[in-house]
Amino acid sequence: MLLLFLVVVGLAVVLTRDLLKATMLFAIYSLTIAGLFALLDAGDVALTEAAVGAGISTVLILAVLALTPRFETTKAGHSLPALVIVTITGAALVYASLDLPQFGDPANPVHQHVGPYYIEQTYADMGIPNMVAAVLASYRSIDTMGEAVVILTAGLGVYALLAARPRRRDKGDR
Amino acid sequence: MKDNAILVVVARFLIPLMMLFGLYVQFHGEYSPGGGFQAGVLFAAGWILFVFIYGLETGLRIIPERVIYALACLGVLLYGLIGLLGPLLGGRYLDFSVLLPAPRAAQQAGIILVELGVGITVASVVMLFFLLFARRRAEAEAEGLPLVDPLDEDESRREPRP
Repeated sequence: MLLLFLVVVGLAVVLTRDLLKATMLFAIYSLTIAGLFALLDAGDVALTEAAVGAGISTVLILAVLALTPRFETTKAGHSLPALVIVTITGAALVYASLDLPQFGDPANPVHQHVGPYYIEQTYADMGIPNMVAAVLASYRSIDTMGEAVVILTAGLGVYALLAARPRRRDKGDR
Repeated sequence: MKDNAILVVVARFLIPLMMLFGLYVQFHGEYSPGGGFQAGVLFAAGWILFVFIYGLETGLRIIPERVIYALACLGVLLYGLIGLLGPLLGGRYLDFSVLLPAPRAAQQAGIILVELGVGITVASVVMLFFLLFARRRAEAEAEGLPLVDPLDEDESRREPRP
């Protein structure tokens, strides 16, 4: 039911040309995904999706929308090469998804590698009940440091783009 | 939006709760869902709500812009330096078990400190994003650049005003 709702909201995001409406629909989309994660007992991911996806990204997109027109400009006509590429890629992805292991099967490779070690040893190693925090901060510490650096780099990038004061372009440039 | 009494009352009630919940998510992350990323975002969201109500000037008086830049870098530095403590105390990089005599307590201390670094960085970078975009609008208006009202319902005026 939630998945069906997701498809409907996703289609609405694609079809609307009102960017403000699309932003709000995106927030609903993220919140629905957060609900799905919560249903799958993935509390950490659900919290992240609700806080980042539904909350902060919406606010940031709204801040961007304050600088841009509200409505998307559309060009008449269709691009045939784009349609062909999208169709082929989509068909390839659907075909590849047939090879995926069955959802939730304990014999899947993803559950056979390091997962069992974390499940059995986290409490013995660290004495904390939240396995996700243990994997993120201790077992996979360097990855998380990389993520922190990525966030900082994103901040630097936005700063580099926006810190200079905007100037009116000369008439000749337009 | 300082004139809207309902918004001001609700925000005054909500902002401390949001920040408190952010701190809870930050420091209770080993027991319940949460951690640095989510906590940082929640904390920054509290500040952004404050800016919505009282304006950017007041928001920057609480946490000056320079402090935001410094904190963004300090968070990553804190993470890296905690990692460096490992080799200094005879372990490997980002190996927390040598930080304290008891290995479990050492792991927990390491996780909490490292997550604090992530939280500080995420909170300040999100505040920085918002600050830069919000100021851009004000600067563009001051410069007299063509802008549109983002809430304008009329689709025919979707092109920027000349």
